[in-house]
This record gives sequence, structure tokens and C-alpha cells, in this order.
Amino acid sequence: MSTTSTTTEAPGTTTAVKPKLKTSAMIASFADPGQKTAPAPFGHALVKAAQENEKIVGLTADLGKYTDMHIFAKAFPARFFQMGMAEQLLFGAAAGLAETGLVPFASTYSVFAARRAYDFLCLDAAEPNLNVNIVGGLPGLTTGYGPSHQATEDMAIFRGMPNLTIVDPCDSIDIEQAVPQLAASEGPTYLRLLRGNVPTVLDEYDYTFELGKAKVLRGGNDVVFISSGLMTMRALQAAKALAAHNVDVAVVHTPTIKPFDAETVLAEINTDRLAVTLENHSVVGGLFETVASAVVTAGVGKRVVPVALPDQFLDAGALPTLHDRYGLATDRIVAKVLAELG
Amino acid sequence: MTAPATHLTDHDTGTTPFDERVAAVHSAAYRIRHHALNMGEVQGQGYVGQALGAADMLAAVYGDQLRFRAEDPHWEARDRFLLSTGHYAIGHYAALAEAGIVPVEELETYGSDDSRLPMSGMSTYTPGMEISGGSLGHGLTIAVGMALGLRYQGSSARVFNFLSDGELDEGSTWEAAMGAHHHQLGNLTAMVDINALQADGKTDTVLRTEPVTEKWESFGWYTQRVDGNDVGALLAAFDNAAAQAAAVGRPSVILCDTKVGRGVPLLENREKAHFMRIEEDEWQTCREQLTAGYEGKSA
Repeated sequence: MSTTSTTTEAPGTTTAVKPKLKTSAMIASFADPGQKTAPAPFGHALVKAAQENEKIVGLTADLGKYTDMHIFAKAFPARFFQMGMAEQLLFGAAAGLAETGLVPFASTYSVFAARRAYDFLCLDAAEPNLNVNIVGGLPGLTTGYGPSHQATEDMAIFRGMPNLTIVDPCDSIDIEQAVPQLAASEGPTYLRLLRGNVPTVLDEYDYTFELGKAKVLRGGNDVVFISSGLMTMRALQAAKALAAHNVDVAVVHTPTIKPFDAETVLAEINTDRLAVTLENHSVVGGLFETVASAVVTAGVGKRVVPVALPDQFLDAGALPTLHDRYGLATDRIVAKVLAELG
Repeated sequence: MTAPATHLTDHDTGTTPFDERVAAVHSAAYRIRHHALNMGEVQGQGYVGQALGAADMLAAVYGDQLRFRAEDPHWEARDRFLLSTGHYAIGHYAALAEAGIVPVEELETYGSDDSRLPMSGMSTYTPGMEISGGSLGHGLTIAVGMALGLRYQGSSARVFNFLSDGELDEGSTWEAAMGAHHHQLGNLTAMVDINALQADGKTDTVLRTEPVTEKWESFGWYTQRVDGNDVGALLAAFDNAAAQAAAVGRPSVILCDTKVGRGVPLLENREKAHFMRIEEDEWQTCREQLTAGYEGKSA
């Protein structure tokens, strides 16, 4: 239910111009207007990796066009397998392909991979530690279609699966650099896909993606942000905005959620700075709890403030509306940090 | 150095007279049943009923169909046998022993701590065990991927998936059935053990799966239904599948009606149960009945 609708006219008004509605069809619009983007970085990265590694194959469950897998299918039709709208078959077959020595990348939406096919990924791919690469579209809150499509708890579900590597990329740079590393790594992986025209953010920093590593993107004396996925983009924007308030913010990007680079993160957290985690995921079971677990395990007495989606089923609507409503928008992050700093 | 011996089959040679193939499988099935009884006795219980029922199917596939190298279970060109029903592992281990992949002496460790032969079959434990079954409805989905992967890589290896009629309850089995037909996987053969029994009782009281033959036919598979305890019928079905389906890219299914406890009258006539209880003093009787039946004598 929308609680803040201001875009419809009062009944009986006939003279006013009808305002344009914000709609949930703005599905890829977490990019800011005018922001630099790259088209289908996953699809192009997979093609490039496949040119160098003949073992790479691709498959999907009737969502090739919507997970950028169609780029690979067009480049390598003989190495692409359409499995139909059958996610259990998709991942069982991916395991079977890996059993024959191939390196499959299997795409669908994150909700279907995590909720619908878990048993198949767990027993057929993870238990035998096969090189099955799960590519999940629409992670967290990246669609306005409501809970059927919003994988707000995908990391919470997948973190409990032994052997599985989980990657939550920030932008097109992360995706381009992650794909060959996922292919080269032993064992199963899960990539939280950003699709379509994906923002390019990290080229402005001295950064390269390294599987399993967190990276300090910028230093800062007052606050430290620990972030993953598209929230690293927001964290960097919020850090710039907070500078105008004389708040100096460090940003640590942790694209690999599992195995987690606790060493780098703890070194940054165990200071007098305000520590904030930022993630495009439920506050339950994602980055915040990963960090909290590392902090407690290390015996660090430190408060950590989460910026995350609430533990509830989210509304349908336009993404900018929803990101603002649930606190992922840059302005909301800035306001939260200023409130924390008093 | 000599190359490892490959278990060649009539699939390769086409030279063995049919009645000799039947006789060889028949005796292999007897030994598999004998192994299964010995393994059950160590445990005092177990899925002996299923192993006895499926022994002819397992003997047919290992004795007559599969290409493998006993001393090199991961040989790249091997045919794959996927046990989807993990609890049938007792029968599968007996077949692996018969095939020379697992030492016969090791069978007595079945289900024990630190054994390579756990109660439910797992690929990470046992040589020759291709997948970890047990969560039912997985085997055929993996088999589809293996068949695709082998074909894509130019291998002539074939994939056999053993599943139970209970697994026909699982939607994933039918996802895979559609996928195999869509991708024209002539290198894939499914064997369904129809013993009409599942965990909570008779299949037709738990979830009715019939008409099974029509279902598979309508999914585009080359479908045969045979007495799964008739070795000659099983081998003829494999021959038909090879001749009629494989070459035209059609997956094959052999629906095998079997009898729980087959070969041991004491167990054939006992009230059917998913997990059959056998008393301590009955095991020797079971073995004697099995041998008497095999030798053509009534017990």
C-alpha cells in the first residue's frame, strides 16, 4: 500500500492537467539521471570470458533477455542451453553440466534461484562443490513489482549454504572484473546481477575487484561506511554530500559477502568512528549481520548502525519512490548519519 | 604399461548371443541380492526389500549396458549411472561390488561410522557413485545436464538415471522430462522402478501416478513398460531403446514393474513396507531361499 501518494488529482477536478504518474515500469532506474552507464556488463563479460575459456557455457530459465544472458546466447549459440521456465531443472542441469567438466553460468531472477531452487543448488551443486555459477537478477529492491520479484532476503537464504561464494557487485566495473574470477574459482558462486544499463562508478577510484577482498575506496575521520552492491554507489554519494556538512566519511566496499573479508572490515570498524553498514537487502541475514557476527566474534565492543531494507514484504511502485521510502536513497542516508552524530 | 581394462558391453560389440547375456545378468542379479542380504544383516534392517526388487535392473545396467573401468571410476569416457533414489544405495553398492568398483569385503561396513558406503548414496563418499541422491526428484535434472554436457563435448558416453515411482510425485522430474525431450537427448535413458510402494504406503493411495506409460509417452519419450524382474525383457528393452530412440535423439524410459523382496519368498509375502524389518534369525533363511530359487529348487 502506498502511504504517501501525492500524484493523483482530487475527485471532481476537471480543469487541472493530469500529472504524470511514477510507475513501476521504471525497472532499471536505480541509476541517477545522466549517470555514466555500461550496457549489459554481465553479458559482455561472459562472452569475453568464454572466448578465453572454452569450458564456459550458459543457461537460463526463460529469462535470457532479462538477465543479459541473451548477449552470450547470441555470441555462442551452441554453448547456450534454454531450460524453459523450470528452475529446478535449470540448476540440476547446471550441476550435471559441471559434472562433465564444463563451467556453467545459469541465470534467472534471484527470487527463483533462492526460494524455488534452493534444494537443487544445495545438494547438486554446493555439496559436491561444483563450479556452478548462479546469476540472480533483481536482487534486493531493484524492481517495483513487489514481493514476487523483490529478492530482499536472497543473501539471508544463501549465506547458510556451505561452499557457496556470494558476490554483491556495485557497478559495471565490479561485474566485468568479477565474471572471469567467478569462472576461475572452484566451487559454486552466486552473483547478484545488475542488468541493463548499469552505472559505472568505481572507475573514479583506485580499485580492482578481487574475489574475497574488501577494499577501502576512500578514507574519512568521522564515519566509516561498510557497503556492498549498489549501496556502495549510494555510500559514495552520501559521503560526498556529508562533506558539505563537515562530516568526513570513509567508504569500505565489500563485494564478496561470503567468504567475508573480516580482517579488512574489522580494522576499519575498530576505531572511534561511527560505523554504518549499507546494503540492498533485508536487515536480517545480509551484510549487517555478517559484519555484526565478525565484530562479536572478534570481541570488538562496537555499535554498528544498519542501513538496510526492513524485515517486511515491500511495496510495489517506482524504484525512486521505494528507495526513498525504505531508506536506501542518498538523502535518507545523509539524514540518518547526521541524526546519529547528533 | 597396459591400458586399464574397459568393461565392454554388447552395446559396443554386439556379438554376445542374447541368451548368454541373459544368463550373465541373471547370475549377477543373484550375487547382488546375496550381497544386499549380507549388508542388511549387519545393520539388522535397511532397504533390503527395495534392493531385492531392483536387483535385476541394477544387474542389467552394470552387467550388460554400462561402459566403465573398475579401477578408474572417473574415467572420462564412462557411461554415467545416476542413482536418484539415495536409499537404494544398498542395492547400488552391491552392484558396484559386482562390477569390481567397490571391494566385496567393504560391503559389511554399509551404514557404519566412517564407511564409504553411507545409508543414503553420496557421490563424495563412494567410488562409482555419480551423484548424491536422497532428495528425490533431483536425478533426472542432473542427468539432463550431464547428457547435454557430454553431447556438447563430443562424447559418446550415455547417461542412465535410476528413479523410483515415488519420484514421479516430484514436479522436477517432469521439468526434466520436458527438458530431455526438448533438447533431444538420445543419450539419456531413465529407468523407473515401479514397486508401487512409497514411504507412507501404496503409491495409489499416496498420490496416484498412473497412467505412467501414457504420461511418459505424452512427454515425448520412447517409452517401454516391462516386468522389471524379467532379465530377458529388460535386455530386450535396452536393445529396443538403442535401436529405436538413441539414433533419432529421443530420450528413452524403461518403466519396470518390480516386486519388493523379489527372490526371497519370506520377504515377498511379508506385508510391504518402505523400511522392512527382518528378525535376526531370519537372515539365513532369506539367503537359503534366495539360493534355492536361483538354483531352480523350491525352498
